[in-house]
Amino acid sequence: MTVTEKPATPIEIGGIGHSVKRHEDDRLVAGKGNFLDDHTLPGMLHMAILRSPVPHARINSIDTSAAEALDGVVAVVTGELLAQYDLAWMPTMSGDTQAVLATDKVRFQGQEVAAVVATDPYVAEDALELIEVDYDLLPAITSPQQALADGAVLIRDEKEGQTSNLVYEWESGDAAATEAAFARADRVVTLETHYPRSHPAPLETCGCIADVDGTTGQATIYLTSQAPHAIRTVFAMVAGLPEQNIRIISPDLGGGFGNKVPVYPGYVVATAASLVIGRPVKWIESRTENLISTGFARDYHMKGDLALSNEGRILALRVQMLSDQGAFYADAQPTKFRAGLFHVVTGSYDFPAAHVACRGAYTNKAPGGVAYRCSFRITEASFLIERLVQTAAYELGIDPADIRFRNFIQPEQMPYETPTGFVYDSGDYPTALRKALDAVGYEDLRAEQARARADGRLMGIGIAHFTEAVGAGPSKQYDILGLKMIDSAELRVHPTGKAILKLGVKSQGQGHETTFAQIVASELGIPVTNIKVMEGDTDNTPYGLGTYASRSTPVAGAATAVVARKLADKAKKIAAHLLEAADADIELENGNFFVRGTPAQSVTIQDVALAAYTNLPDGMEYGLEGVHYYDPPNLTYPYGSYVVVVDVDPETGVWKVRRMVALDDCGVRINPMIVEGQIHGGLTEGFAKSSMQWITFDDDGNCIGSNFMDYLIPTAWETPKFELLETCVPSPHHPIGAKGVGESATVGSPAAYVNAVIDAIAHLGVRNIDMPLLPDRVWSAIQAAGVAEG
Amino acid sequence: MDITVTINGQDHTHDVEPRTLLVDFVRTKAALTGTHIGCDTTSCGACTVLLDGVPVKSCTVLAVQADGASIMTVEGLKDADGAHPIQAAFKEEHGLQCGFCTPGMMLVGHALLEQNANPSDDDVRWAISGNLCRCTGYMNIVKAIRAAGAMATT
Repeated sequence: MTVTEKPATPIEIGGIGHSVKRHEDDRLVAGKGNFLDDHTLPGMLHMAILRSPVPHARINSIDTSAAEALDGVVAVVTGELLAQYDLAWMPTMSGDTQAVLATDKVRFQGQEVAAVVATDPYVAEDALELIEVDYDLLPAITSPQQALADGAVLIRDEKEGQTSNLVYEWESGDAAATEAAFARADRVVTLETHYPRSHPAPLETCGCIADVDGTTGQATIYLTSQAPHAIRTVFAMVAGLPEQNIRIISPDLGGGFGNKVPVYPGYVVATAASLVIGRPVKWIESRTENLISTGFARDYHMKGDLALSNEGRILALRVQMLSDQGAFYADAQPTKFRAGLFHVVTGSYDFPAAHVACRGAYTNKAPGGVAYRCSFRITEASFLIERLVQTAAYELGIDPADIRFRNFIQPEQMPYETPTGFVYDSGDYPTALRKALDAVGYEDLRAEQARARADGRLMGIGIAHFTEAVGAGPSKQYDILGLKMIDSAELRVHPTGKAILKLGVKSQGQGHETTFAQIVASELGIPVTNIKVMEGDTDNTPYGLGTYASRSTPVAGAATAVVARKLADKAKKIAAHLLEAADADIELENGNFFVRGTPAQSVTIQDVALAAYTNLPDGMEYGLEGVHYYDPPNLTYPYGSYVVVVDVDPETGVWKVRRMVALDDCGVRINPMIVEGQIHGGLTEGFAKSSMQWITFDDDGNCIGSNFMDYLIPTAWETPKFELLETCVPSPHHPIGAKGVGESATVGSPAAYVNAVIDAIAHLGVRNIDMPLLPDRVWSAIQAAGVAEG
Repeated sequence: MDITVTINGQDHTHDVEPRTLLVDFVRTKAALTGTHIGCDTTSCGACTVLLDGVPVKSCTVLAVQADGASIMTVEGLKDADGAHPIQAAFKEEHGLQCGFCTPGMMLVGHALLEQNANPSDDDVRWAISGNLCRCTGYMNIVKAIRAAGAMATT
């Protein structure tokens, strides 16, 4: 089960398993990418947004007269103006409301207060400085604990029935069974940790060009969107525009990572401004605007308890989680689950019982809660369980690898239902971890560690074995605001045998134009270079919920395989007609249709394509095209074993990654080159979050991390080198056995890095340092443990 | 004020405000949109161009400072023979994903290779350490730049 099979198609066809060079690269390396800000429309105006400098304040007045008088300014938009169109507030992805432009109060630093539309972007910025806003400051709440304390000021005082800062309470699992297991446990191990606030920070910020024709009612909106179809529907609902007149065009995206899923106030204001003014309006975020106002991620305060036997057998898991939601509850997540898929927190282990209790609180911080390269809060869950199991290993005196082997879900238990209701589709966890440990030389490293400690050196070995739940999702459970999380593929084969594949998902760099063409190439034998993949234009692609939560391959990839099979069925009938044989006797292999047993007698997919428009059996409809909407029967469950080796300087707390061995099992790999590229990127993001990248706030609610000098992104110099391994246990329910991989490494790796640093100093008694593991935090932990003295 | 900047061998003369950033001149006045804007703080390098052969972050250079100078942007890499080795190498080694940082990365890599056609892994990592990539984890960018060097010397 650990073999990558030889690709079934020859390289000229370039189907599944080939590292086909990417189709999208030619334009991108030529500087001919088609990013949002590269577009200029005739008569286009430029919009800039005035943001609140304070985190919590009542607005007394907004004076826009000086700004309006500035030469080049066409309009100044305020919340009061939007309120006349019922657009001052909008719904969020989690069923809350969010201010488009503030009318009553500002609730976080960076909140949208007013917008200027001008003939020139520099003039629009100038005009912002001429707007006078009179604020009455209110106390700022900067943590969820503060928010839920007695007497805390009410942040959402405009919401009817809202009497506290509590956003939601949600639970999963069996509380009684869990408590019973704890009652009979030999040992209870606890870990409290904060997964800090982060931001996806794609290199291209968010933006839009709204082009609304007041005469026809046609609204064409160029938008940095990972989910253009869902956005079209939301726009129809928010703005009251008829959906047939809304066309969302999401061009090349300069990364997304979850940041480009939600609807942001700037989009709504630009659209309203274009409607009123009658000219196209462009809005492009600055980096600071991006970091302080759009789509934050994480910010979970977690406490986990493990009930264990003395032998290290896990009996139960109990988790309490408090999330910091910011001023508006805007998580982009399936509606049924209030804390995303956090309840997958039992991870890779066979738990007899588990209970997860979650609460969220409003604070004076930016809204978001986006799935930052993550399947809806699965990153926080994976981090907690892998840190907790590691902690238990130290407390019980068991090797961190052994405790995992003792508790893994075994391959023969698959499909495995977890105590919180997930049904893992397939996997062989022990083989994966064993292979990763062997590659890194685990036993030798443990021996080295013992010698190093004797010499006063600190080195650590961190393990994380994660299981993801991706590919949302089955319609019986998964929807966002009622929209089922299906996706679709439309495939047309032209008379010359070339094809176009249209999808509802939207690449942000994952290489869809190549990988999805490879699926078609495998199914029909059309060379991959003869297949064009089209996404992102809602007028010209079928419906789908978009690309996030690693759902493109599990859902749209499945839709692609199924629609190609539908076409293959019809193509076989045409081939039978051409070969004068019975339909049932026709076989298709690498683009050749032949009569079973006589391969010499054959026609090609190109012959069949031409016949589909020229020479059909009686009664058959012309054409060779189809569409399929795929409703996945289950999620897919990629997994991996990561082992990190670090050296820690006891004098400074600086840690360096010596090795990072990452084994991923994402089922069948469509394009191994692209899969490995995705893993490299994810491992880097995990390193970023564990070492330096965070959004934090001072006590007054000022955002620290509002630019790339404070919000630290690792450069090539800091980023470790990675060693990749694989196993392949295909998904049993996915048409091509693929599971999705774009987010695995971001989900799995933070715990591996942190476990490695903790492992280096665990013998001193250190059990936890919250991310990011900045040198001063590590140094302080070492100091507090009472060593490095003298 | 009128300035003339030679971009990829072609003169561009325009009336600009003194505060106009070079990146805006390149993108808007010269309509060469391959040079990108990723931050406002000289941190990310998406706007990197070669100014008289030296990589600069064009979001932190005023257009007037480039008056009379010669600029090379990503659009200038390709010549009559087709893709430049560094462009070919980025595709071959999967040195890009979303492609937003790629023009800056290729120009920095190109400038490095002009100085040192056979850089080590660390030489490349140091050279591109002023340019951020959020997708690739840099490994394949390093490979691509080294491969382009090897291509040029063989």
